[in-house]
Amino acid sequence: MQGSVHKFGDDVNTDYIISGRYKFKTLDMRELAKHVMEDLDPEFYSRIKPGDFIVAGKNFGCGSSREQAPLAIINADISAVIAKSFARIFYRNCINTGLPLIECDTDRIDEGDELEVNLKEGILYNKTKGEQIAITPLPPVMLKILSEGGLVEHFKKYGTFNLD
Amino acid sequence: MGKTIAEKILSNKSKRDARANDIVIADLDFTMGQDGTSGLAIQAFNEMKANKVFDPKRVAMVIDHSAPSPLEGVSALHQQMRAFAGQQGINFYDIGDGVCHQLVPEQGHVVPGDLVIGADSHTCTYGAINVFSTGVGSTDLAAGIISGKLWFKVPETIKFVLNGTLPPGVYSKDLILYLIGDITADGATYMAAEYTGPAIADLSVEARFTISNMAIEMGAKCGLMEADDKTIAWVKEHSVRDFEPVKADPDAVYAKVLEYDVSRLEPQVAKPHTVDNVSPISEVAGTPIQQGFIGTCTNGRIEDLRIGAQILKGRKIDRNTRLIVAPASRQVMLQALQEGLIQTYVEAGAAVVTPGCGPCVGTHNGVPSDGENVISTANRNFKGRMGNNKAFVYLGSPATVAASVLTGKISDPREFLS
Repeated sequence: MQGSVHKFGDDVNTDYIISGRYKFKTLDMRELAKHVMEDLDPEFYSRIKPGDFIVAGKNFGCGSSREQAPLAIINADISAVIAKSFARIFYRNCINTGLPLIECDTDRIDEGDELEVNLKEGILYNKTKGEQIAITPLPPVMLKILSEGGLVEHFKKYGTFNLD
Repeated sequence: MGKTIAEKILSNKSKRDARANDIVIADLDFTMGQDGTSGLAIQAFNEMKANKVFDPKRVAMVIDHSAPSPLEGVSALHQQMRAFAGQQGINFYDIGDGVCHQLVPEQGHVVPGDLVIGADSHTCTYGAINVFSTGVGSTDLAAGIISGKLWFKVPETIKFVLNGTLPPGVYSKDLILYLIGDITADGATYMAAEYTGPAIADLSVEARFTISNMAIEMGAKCGLMEADDKTIAWVKEHSVRDFEPVKADPDAVYAKVLEYDVSRLEPQVAKPHTVDNVSPISEVAGTPIQQGFIGTCTNGRIEDLRIGAQILKGRKIDRNTRLIVAPASRQVMLQALQEGLIQTYVEAGAAVVTPGCGPCVGTHNGVPSDGENVISTANRNFKGRMGNNKAFVYLGSPATVAASVLTGKISDPREFLS
């Protein structure tokens, strides 16, 4: 994965990722994606280039359990979310819907930086700054679901949980 | 080495010795989705090539977030839920029945010791009756209703020991706002909260629900309490199921133990735009208010409606202020009608709306206009939460909301309680 950085702060909640006033209107995620992060930055969607990264501080995705949040991010062509920490329901929802998430120190990553990520090898390289950043590896259960393309694909394959 | 409530329930349900940080696959006692999340869950259920839910009696769908439907698109989602519920024979609650987190315990679906998931972040509410209940997304819910199982990371636990007695005019809502302000919005992320101590024992079961409901606002996975005599009596009144409460061992290992004395607590208010931005009422009193809201899964129960009505009885709300009241369920509304509370609210100048989530999630029923201040009994005040990102939402107890709509500014309810 490679792309440029859109930087946000701490405690970005799922209401900011996709507001309640849109999420009930439709199950068309391409349509919802146009409103991603709108309450924080109305121009955000128009600036995304396919493959870009959302980078944030701590507790990204706190608040409601809406799965429209990771789905809106995926459908806005963001390749991964990188944050210091994630709220737990959002974390699960990302794994289940196949949105890669990376936990690491994001203080040295700035708006517009170009990043290169290799999840399998656990490498995050900031090309703009010429720095490699250590990332917290995902537990095996989550890597398995993510590598199969999410929980729907896992259930299609096995009909139930098969994580041992 | 002893176990926390969370470790014990997850051990029971996974049939292994589960300890903090283990990952287990566990059996679910109950599963629930609401109208903001069930559409995607049904879609995932179909994509997973499933035909049947694991046990229709252990599955519920509730139309509460946009009830009655304000939009064509929502009507289509509701129709999809009705069709799925009909085909599968699951528990189904339609418009006017109430908020999911009121209905699930009130209708007797969950009992102490259960493991429950709901596709709504405030599913942690049932922790007040000793249920390990937690919010998940739609795909997790689909997997849960197909297999009757879900994977869990066994959480570490933060124990809150609450000593002393709450002063008059200070409620469980003030207490939980204070705790969230103290440990912040991510103070318990990835962890379970356990609430214990004399101040919890003093509270009614209804007041305890308010505390567990807001566990997620400190990032917690669940907000657990032990079952005492009050819990057992309450559950027996609502459910015919047998149950065995789960206690923490005296030598259980906690990530942290935090002790508080609540005896001198003031009413608390969370200021825009985060739930952990909490002040004692003395610091925010006088802030002008254009709209008040009493309701939600946090504070829409009969006791909450009684507290608000006690302050409003025989008085009129400020002429430049509106008040919206949404009872948490049909049963709560009926009780409030019988007790004359609805009459009190209507006479005071309130708009009483359908039992359900009301304006809390910003889909309908009271979207504020630009620049307006709202004081609400809900659990979230994020920017845009009530449907307008240029409005400001404050959170407080039903008493604080009632006092504030009388004066048109944030007011200390103790001035109105004799």
